[in-house]
Amino acid sequence: MSLLKVSNLSVSIDSEQGEVRPLAKVSFEVRKGETFVLLGESGCGKSMTTLALMRLLPDGGRITQGSVQLDGEELLALTEAQMQGVRGGKLAMIFQEPGTSLNPVLTVGTQLGEVLRLHRGLSGTAATHEAVQLLDAVGINEPAQRLHDYPFQLSGGMKQRVMIAMALAGQPSLLIADEPTTALDVTIQAQVLKLLAELQRSRGMGMLLITHDLGVVKQVADRVGVMYAGELVEIADRAQFFSAPAHPYSRKLFAALPEGRRDAGRLATIPGSVPPLTTAFKGCRFTERCPARHARCTEVAPAWHAAPSGQQVRCHLYDPAVTAPVAAHSDDSPATTPEVRAPAESDTPLLEVRELRVHFPIRRGLLQRTAGYVKAVDGISFSLRAGRTLALVGESGCGKTTTGKALLNLTQASSGEILFGGQRLDPHRKEGWQAVRSDMQMVFQDPFGSLNPRMRVADIVEEGLLALGLESDKGKRRARAEAIMLQVGLRADMLDRYPHEFSGGQRQRIAIARALAVNPKLIVCDEPTSALDVSVQAQVLNLMRDLQQSLGLAYLFITHNIGVVEYLADDIAVMYQGKIVEYGAAQDVLRRPQHDYTRTLLAAVPRLQSLAAEQQ
Amino acid sequence: MKPVVLISDALFFLLIACSLIGLWYASRKEHLRRAWHSVLADRVAMGALAVLLLFLGIALLDSLHFRRALEPAAGSTNSEVHYAVELDSVLDVLLHDVKEHKEKTYSAPFAHTLFERQTVERPDGTRGREFPRLKYGAAHLKNPETDKTADLVQQALRGVAVAGAVWLALAAFISAGVARSQRKPFLAAVSATLRGCTPLAWDGLLWAAGLLLLVLVPLLLMADSYHVFGTDRTGNDVFFYALKAMRTALFIGTLTSLVTLPLGIAFGIAAGYFGGWVDDAIQYVYTVISSIPYVLLIAASVLLMQAFIETHGAWFDTPAARADARLVALCAIIGLISWTSLARLMRAETLKLREADFVTAAHAFGVKPLRIMSRHILPNAFHIVLITLVLDFSGLVLAEAVLAYVGIGVDPNTISYGIMINGARAELARDPMVWWQIAAAFIFMLSLVLAANLFADAVRDAFDPRGRTALRRRRRVVA
Repeated sequence: MSLLKVSNLSVSIDSEQGEVRPLAKVSFEVRKGETFVLLGESGCGKSMTTLALMRLLPDGGRITQGSVQLDGEELLALTEAQMQGVRGGKLAMIFQEPGTSLNPVLTVGTQLGEVLRLHRGLSGTAATHEAVQLLDAVGINEPAQRLHDYPFQLSGGMKQRVMIAMALAGQPSLLIADEPTTALDVTIQAQVLKLLAELQRSRGMGMLLITHDLGVVKQVADRVGVMYAGELVEIADRAQFFSAPAHPYSRKLFAALPEGRRDAGRLATIPGSVPPLTTAFKGCRFTERCPARHARCTEVAPAWHAAPSGQQVRCHLYDPAVTAPVAAHSDDSPATTPEVRAPAESDTPLLEVRELRVHFPIRRGLLQRTAGYVKAVDGISFSLRAGRTLALVGESGCGKTTTGKALLNLTQASSGEILFGGQRLDPHRKEGWQAVRSDMQMVFQDPFGSLNPRMRVADIVEEGLLALGLESDKGKRRARAEAIMLQVGLRADMLDRYPHEFSGGQRQRIAIARALAVNPKLIVCDEPTSALDVSVQAQVLNLMRDLQQSLGLAYLFITHNIGVVEYLADDIAVMYQGKIVEYGAAQDVLRRPQHDYTRTLLAAVPRLQSLAAEQQ
Repeated sequence: MKPVVLISDALFFLLIACSLIGLWYASRKEHLRRAWHSVLADRVAMGALAVLLLFLGIALLDSLHFRRALEPAAGSTNSEVHYAVELDSVLDVLLHDVKEHKEKTYSAPFAHTLFERQTVERPDGTRGREFPRLKYGAAHLKNPETDKTADLVQQALRGVAVAGAVWLALAAFISAGVARSQRKPFLAAVSATLRGCTPLAWDGLLWAAGLLLLVLVPLLLMADSYHVFGTDRTGNDVFFYALKAMRTALFIGTLTSLVTLPLGIAFGIAAGYFGGWVDDAIQYVYTVISSIPYVLLIAASVLLMQAFIETHGAWFDTPAARADARLVALCAIIGLISWTSLARLMRAETLKLREADFVTAAHAFGVKPLRIMSRHILPNAFHIVLITLVLDFSGLVLAEAVLAYVGIGVDPNTISYGIMINGARAELARDPMVWWQIAAAFIFMLSLVLAANLFADAVRDAFDPRGRTALRRRRRVVA
């Protein structure tokens, strides 16, 4: 029996660029006690779907057609006042960022009490009792004490648990979770996903979960809906979806994953980007990027068809009326020519780090006496040879980013020694670094924050050449910038534009171009792909691998994404609380982890195949 | 005739040149052009802009100074030309009649007699106390009691007709521009302009201009034969004074920023960027400055400056130049005191930007601090400078009035709203009350400050990344 039935839901938003249509005739249903996952990359309309369900569209947005039925009740026909009773009541929602979803000046108990009063009419001891039970249900220790805590006293995972408790307070029949674990560390993510699954089973709720992570889908979904450019393109049971994804887009998503592709060479990418949603679409929305397109795709929008494995697909390939459906699987497996990795790796390490420590003093009192230290990085040593990649893996707050910055003297270390190309550098002094600035560069996580929005791309790329005095001639500098743009897969004429005109993946290429401009030998990559979609991530990873092979670059790759590590790393150092707890060749660490923490970390990663299965 | 450029004139022209350069720069930078475009797409902002441009025009005319050549003294064979001590401006020349129409003392708006009884000698030789006729006000009428209303109505209608004609010409001019840029037929462009269906809100500008013309043109026409805002104690036309005071007000509002901007930007960014003892030192300075009551600080500085100017009287060849020096010094003093709020905002923004990845990337290239501050931090914090500038303007105009009222503002010979309000202190205590001087100051200041505030709001909405809401942006979606 269907709990939530969405049919032909369409949304449009007025904007300066004209009418944006983020949702076009989306239809799906969530059954009682079922988890339905909406999967898609950023901008595909999955979050807009939930906002439309809750009738919380942004300013200028409106639902142009369709119906949303919850337990047989038409939500779009309710008055705003009635709708407020439904929100937080029958229909509850958890957001991505637990840090900003809780009011920082109210205690947990007050915020829970408010929901209980609004939706259950509870107050006084009854409310307190219920609040304690809810916190207990989401696995918070000593729930009675936690009621008096303020959000800042809780960790990220605890906050998300409190958010879940608040969502459950109204005894919802449908729980909407919008990327509930994206902002959390993998070990916490595993716990939260497990909790959600348990709660759903014990309470018989329906759950609508939004994610971009195939691993999460594998772990929790009963059924999956894949969204692309405001449309649902495939609806399938989990088993069907993972055994044989039907839509070309779904197949591409699988192929773009870096997991377990150590020796597979280049990753499959999806050429182009998602079309702007202001477009008036005529044919299939995926046409431009589809490897299996034919004449009909650009002319006629495909209808729903049944794929051989049972799922519903919006693709002409499965149209029984068309003769000989060419369900071409041939193109989506990546080019499996294993590349011979350059063996010319010298034995002397390019970079050697000995006993690096970064301690931040905690100052207290009137005279700012140093009362203690935050030991962000506490005595780590490793080495890296030219042309190799060392992955620094760990959860947030373990000191991996600080390590990266200390290597480039962007953060001053407290003690330790760095040998770079045989040259000794003092990481705790500012002097003596100018000489190696061009040899060591950095690529940052957020491609939107790492490029100055007020500078042209040319100025950004040339900045290093100018600052380091490598190329004083204007024409030559420009020529160098143009050459580098081509090298990272962009066009030379893009130099005269501003960063905001580029997509996330393109910006990350610009950031890489900026680092490459000064001919570095080592690039510290601080989570360079974690802000990108899977298909774009694949493009950037391919680029990085190509550059490494052609230029013999060494990468220090800081990440929490084990899939990326598997694809790119030669060696792995696992960091935990400022220390390296395990350090060794990638295959050894991944297959035979020695340290407990490494095992926990690897076990928590939601994966498509287990590592053990791969070994066979 | 000898052109004279006072210090304030020079600074004023410099400021206008700076703004023009700024506009040229903005038109070449895409993000600035877009933001300004959205300011000008706001109907209210365009209306306010019309008012501000008019006032700026008045102030500009009043800033072109010269000294009139005196007629050679009779019998003097010397060919050397002597110049009047008094300074004239182009505005004085344009409103020559209004300026020269001096009565004996107070007269009410549109009056034909003085406000008070005077002892006069009648033609028959007797003496008596009566309201004497004004020398200029309604002097062209034989029987003012009976004819004045008709004459006023006639003049007003003529004024409205002229205003209408000017407005139609303006509307036609703008529509022609719209027709050209949008490649529409002229009539379609006219209707689009008036209905507000153009990318820029020309309708706001037109309606505001219409209102201004409707009020000002009849007033200007009538100012020749009447005192439309009455006369003050020494018989000067108040309308003329109110127009002259516009320069002082605009001047204080804008020139002060010439002092605050460099100080606020440099200290704010340096404090935020370097941190440590630089930050401490700058913070101590501005905390101390902003803890002293500003009237006290300004009073002390103004008195010092006054003493200085008096001991160096030989530096100034005319009294006007001396009054002008005092005005400029006042701006400098207010500026030296009010850079703190801008510095605070800049410091906070710099603290945020300092941690941005693109600044870290610049560090990784070993870019020098000065260059990081000028290339990476200032352009990204510039919206704050602009917003502070336009928001502070009206506050400064009002501050001038307050300071003059307290008696520590501009030179008493300078015409300013503050001086007018200060004079009205005694006038309001009289019975019957003399209300027109303060009314004139009130109306003109209100229009200036209101227009400035409305424009500032639009600028803030367009430039402040946080203040931008979808609702506001949606306002002008051209169909």
